[in-house]
Amino acid sequence: MSKLVKSLEEAIKLCGLKDGMTISFHHHLRNGDFVLNMVLKEIAALGLKNMTINASAIFDIHEPLIDLTKQKVVTGIETDYMGRTVGEAISGGILEKPVIFRTHGGRPGAIDTGRTPIDVAFVAASQADDMGNCTGKFGKSACGSLGYAMSEAAHAKKVVVITDELVPYPLNGFSIPEVNVDCVVQVDAIGNPAGIVSGTTKITRDPVGLKMADLAVQAIIASGLLKDGFSFQTGAGGASLAAAVFLKDIMVQKQIKGSFVMGGITGYLVDMLEAGCFRNIMDVQCFDLKAVDSLAHDPRHLEVSATHYASPFTKSSIVDSLDVVILGATQVDTNFNVNVHTNSQGIIMGGSGGHSDAAAGAKMSMIIAPLSRARMSLVVDRVQTISTPGKTIDVVLTQRGIAVNPRREDLCEKFKTAGLPIVTIEELKARAEAINGIAQPLKTGTKTVAEVEYRTGEIIDTIKNIL
Amino acid sequence: MVIKQKAMAGTMESSDCLVYVEPAADLQVEVSSVVMVQFGAAIKKATLDTLAELGIKQGFIKIQDRGALDCVVKARVETAVRRSEKEVQNA
Repeated sequence: MSKLVKSLEEAIKLCGLKDGMTISFHHHLRNGDFVLNMVLKEIAALGLKNMTINASAIFDIHEPLIDLTKQKVVTGIETDYMGRTVGEAISGGILEKPVIFRTHGGRPGAIDTGRTPIDVAFVAASQADDMGNCTGKFGKSACGSLGYAMSEAAHAKKVVVITDELVPYPLNGFSIPEVNVDCVVQVDAIGNPAGIVSGTTKITRDPVGLKMADLAVQAIIASGLLKDGFSFQTGAGGASLAAAVFLKDIMVQKQIKGSFVMGGITGYLVDMLEAGCFRNIMDVQCFDLKAVDSLAHDPRHLEVSATHYASPFTKSSIVDSLDVVILGATQVDTNFNVNVHTNSQGIIMGGSGGHSDAAAGAKMSMIIAPLSRARMSLVVDRVQTISTPGKTIDVVLTQRGIAVNPRREDLCEKFKTAGLPIVTIEELKARAEAINGIAQPLKTGTKTVAEVEYRTGEIIDTIKNIL
Repeated sequence: MVIKQKAMAGTMESSDCLVYVEPAADLQVEVSSVVMVQFGAAIKKATLDTLAELGIKQGFIKIQDRGALDCVVKARVETAVRRSEKEVQNA
């Protein structure tokens, strides 16, 4: 027996894909992904219409999606993150149904509980055998963890594995087992390796970023959480990575043995593991080749599913055991709500990813961002879009001062004792406005182009069309 | 002061602006900005104020703004205008 089929077309037909069904994709190939475009092209050629795409993220490489929505091949999009290219088209109102934004924990939660059933899951894998055991750890298009694909692989009615490197059965070190897989398709390339590791994975050299990173580490020390067993998550933004590098030096110097580091994994976090700062890496997604290589070869580096990472619908997930998370923001408001979905012009250019999940779970969730970017103040009265509710944000750290959520008087006291530059969130806003001037309000249209679901599924905000 | 010939000042870096000036029969100011909605009016006002201070009554002034503060806009406009004078004097 073999599940290998000759073509993507044959796989789609075998799965019984019909008009109006929901198909899923995962984004480990990031801006190098060929698979989403490849599958949709085939679906369009077969004359199928009204498909709903449930993708863990949409990148700029997925630009063909714009025309496919115009042709009604795709009429629904559900995702955790959307890059600027497709985001701008969506913000312009090309889709009748609002896009549904979820979080990296909310998405698998909705799939696992059956709230958002998937008809056919397309799993991009850099190695697979002909029975469907597959992984992203090895092969010419290696992307590392397949964490975001695991939930749909387990629950979709049909699962198609698409690979560009077929190996003899059984694949050693599979990430997703054959038990879930209906068919396997071999293609020339699942992605462009240069794009797979693209993105903001370099440490900042900007003095403002370095100042924020230094303050962030001081705040972590002052919180009292930095001790043996410490657990940590950080994004891949330049300042966040700089904070990780500074934190590593402190942990090595003080011989602090942390428990785990989580999140999108970069070489900087691998360095921390190898320096003995943490016992384990919990990896739902790799951002660079050093992380991919570590996952493939270091048994302390563990591949985890998105459900395990962050779902609020499991008995527990990793974010529940987090001490500190460092997160970014495009805007924060005086109620500590955070926007990572829309830019200053109201255009979609991001999404929660794991932002809300980690903020909800961590003992200290810390936003680090410059006080202003291109004359736009970080702190405003009301964020353009609520991505993460303020009740889960503990600290907003800028180069001009640190604001602590009034809910966290305990942290505020500790920071004060440590001599950190504490200010109120209102004072941060006033400082930014004193430099930038008062911004005239942005007017948006009345059509809802996207709904933002919190990790629990509750809609916490809507995004309107741009004018 | 008079705008005697084409001149430029500034850059297209974030938080800066690029100012271009050239002679014209009347005063025209054209502003484009990444924060047009929020600060378009402020940028135009900063430009017109600076031109008035310099005594400029004629000329075409184009501002391509990337989120510059008012003080930056004013400095770039003044520099572009002074360059448009100086280059003629040097010629």
